[in-house]
Amino acid sequence: MQPELEAKKAEAKSWLASIKDGFDGFTGRGVTREGSPWTGMGAVVEREFNDNLTSVRMRLLQALVFVTGFAAAYSAIGQIKDVVGEDPFVFLKIFTVSKDPLPSFLAFLGFLIPIVSITLGFDAVNGEFNRRTMSRILAQPIYRDALLVGKFLAGIATLAVFLVALWLFMMGLGILLIGLPPSFEEIVRGLLFLAAAIAYGGVWLAIAILFSIFFRSPATSALASLSMWLLFAVFWQMLAPMIAGIWSPIDPFDPRTQLAFIEAQEAINRLSPNTLFAETAVAMLSPNTRSLSLVANFMLSRTPGALMGTPLPLSQSLLLIWPQLTGLIASLVLLFTLAYVAFQRQEVRA
Amino acid sequence: MTIPVIEAKALTKRYGSQIAVDRLDLTIDKGEVFGLLGPNGAGKTTTILMILGLTEPTSGSISTVGFDPLRQPLDVKRRVGYLPDSVGFYDNMTGRDNLRYTARLGGIPRIAVDSRITTALERVGLVAAAERPVGTYSRGMRQRLGIAEIIMRRVDVAILDEPTNGLDPQSTQEFLELIRSLKSEGMTVILSSHLLDLVQNMCDRVALFSNGKIGVMGRVDELMRNVLGGTTVVQLEAAGFDPARLDGLAGVERVTPLGENRWRIDATRDVRGDVAKRVVEAGAELRGISIGMATLQDVYSKYFEGVRHAA
Repeated sequence: MQPELEAKKAEAKSWLASIKDGFDGFTGRGVTREGSPWTGMGAVVEREFNDNLTSVRMRLLQALVFVTGFAAAYSAIGQIKDVVGEDPFVFLKIFTVSKDPLPSFLAFLGFLIPIVSITLGFDAVNGEFNRRTMSRILAQPIYRDALLVGKFLAGIATLAVFLVALWLFMMGLGILLIGLPPSFEEIVRGLLFLAAAIAYGGVWLAIAILFSIFFRSPATSALASLSMWLLFAVFWQMLAPMIAGIWSPIDPFDPRTQLAFIEAQEAINRLSPNTLFAETAVAMLSPNTRSLSLVANFMLSRTPGALMGTPLPLSQSLLLIWPQLTGLIASLVLLFTLAYVAFQRQEVRA
Repeated sequence: MTIPVIEAKALTKRYGSQIAVDRLDLTIDKGEVFGLLGPNGAGKTTTILMILGLTEPTSGSISTVGFDPLRQPLDVKRRVGYLPDSVGFYDNMTGRDNLRYTARLGGIPRIAVDSRITTALERVGLVAAAERPVGTYSRGMRQRLGIAEIIMRRVDVAILDEPTNGLDPQSTQEFLELIRSLKSEGMTVILSSHLLDLVQNMCDRVALFSNGKIGVMGRVDELMRNVLGGTTVVQLEAAGFDPARLDGLAGVERVTPLGENRWRIDATRDVRGDVAKRVVEAGAELRGISIGMATLQDVYSKYFEGVRHAA
């Protein structure tokens, strides 16, 4: 009996192994690569970062952002000087208060960060093909991973340097013009806002890099990224009610359908990274924000005991923006993964 | 005994329904200069990319310097240098900085980098231009910078794809000299070109590509003997001559009309005297007769003409 059992066991084992081989062959797991995918990534990051910081187009954009930031902050400070004593978070108002005809600094940033990111990323991959450097670089002992991840990290680093400088500039301007130092909580809230701004920039960088892989011509990929930006910055808010109307139509005799409509509209709006960033920034910079949803705000105002108009503690504000912030980071990861897969499958041959 | 540096068996690459490389068998030995010759689109570059592991073969196997380019690409690329067709560099960086970047990617120890770069630049004659941005370089200088990169990396195998494309005659000669010097150091050089005649004196062995297949492969003089029957070409111009009269003349392998009253005679020896005699005997007017060496181009057109006729 025993040898028969052994033979059966061996047969089952080989059968399992053949299934495993087949599956691995199908998914590509069977072909394992040797050596670290990060070999040479440091060199790529260093070169790209250097390139980003010294390129003329980045300097032009940075000058533009600093000038608009200064203008927005300056006019905001003129507006808020009168209420210095009344608001415990007056410092953060530099970012959010606007004075006609200028929009607030926050609105400027929501508008301009994508442009900076697109400038950083729109020719990341197709530029290498057009300079005919791609095949030479990939023939060096590195994996493609190192090139793409290196380019992305260098872009994020450039963005971070730029935004940190801008942030410090704004804080300094605030101290100078208001004459008050920021409180600890204001600094923490400001830093969280900074982190959200970097994540937001990262999403747009991933979009730009994705298009730079899809399109061989940098002009096409720049235009594609800019159309996405236009869609989300301008048209999305107009489209959201339309789509919501189709999704959940309003019955004028049923108030619940109106609520459903508003909720659908908000959900659609939040597919846009711009909305996610704007909501995160508002909750961080205006501690008075109780809820990011219209419906909930409406309900809250009817709730007995809810003190409207008083600031939330930091932990509660954080709780409020948690879905938005994770949504931003998740879309960044998702877009980068798409770019990664597309790049790995791309033929080197121009 | 020679060690194969590259060994391909039934290597195939398809792009969609199009076959770029079709069941290729290829062995390249250590230290030889091997020519991949053929017109554009014959599958030379695709073969090179598969040797380097930059493109995945659809089927078949390949081993480069003893490694599998798909599973061990870093080991392969550490030992193989590649100069792509019309190589590009970062235009805003100097020649030296471009090399520094690839040195870092290749993991060359920092202390050794600068001296290695200088030596390499001296070899290719670019020391004077080293601190200038590559954007100001001519095409020939870029190609030489590419060779400097290969020298700096001290690779065992250099793969040069159409290295003389778009170079003026003098740069081409200088460039071929450089390739010879690489060979003399024991580097294996794989050279692809569509200019068959230019490289025929450089290569130890050549493979003639056509439509993704290697038609013939071997030493240049062997190919001429096997395909053309000889290495000598006699051009004959004579009025009122019937080429059938050359039949049976010792040494004449083939007579091809080139135009009115002009023929090309492939021969194994110098047959000018005998041909002239036959022309005069036939009462025709001999206008000119000249001799030359057969070229790879002749081999190529003869061979693939034969293939077409057979098909």
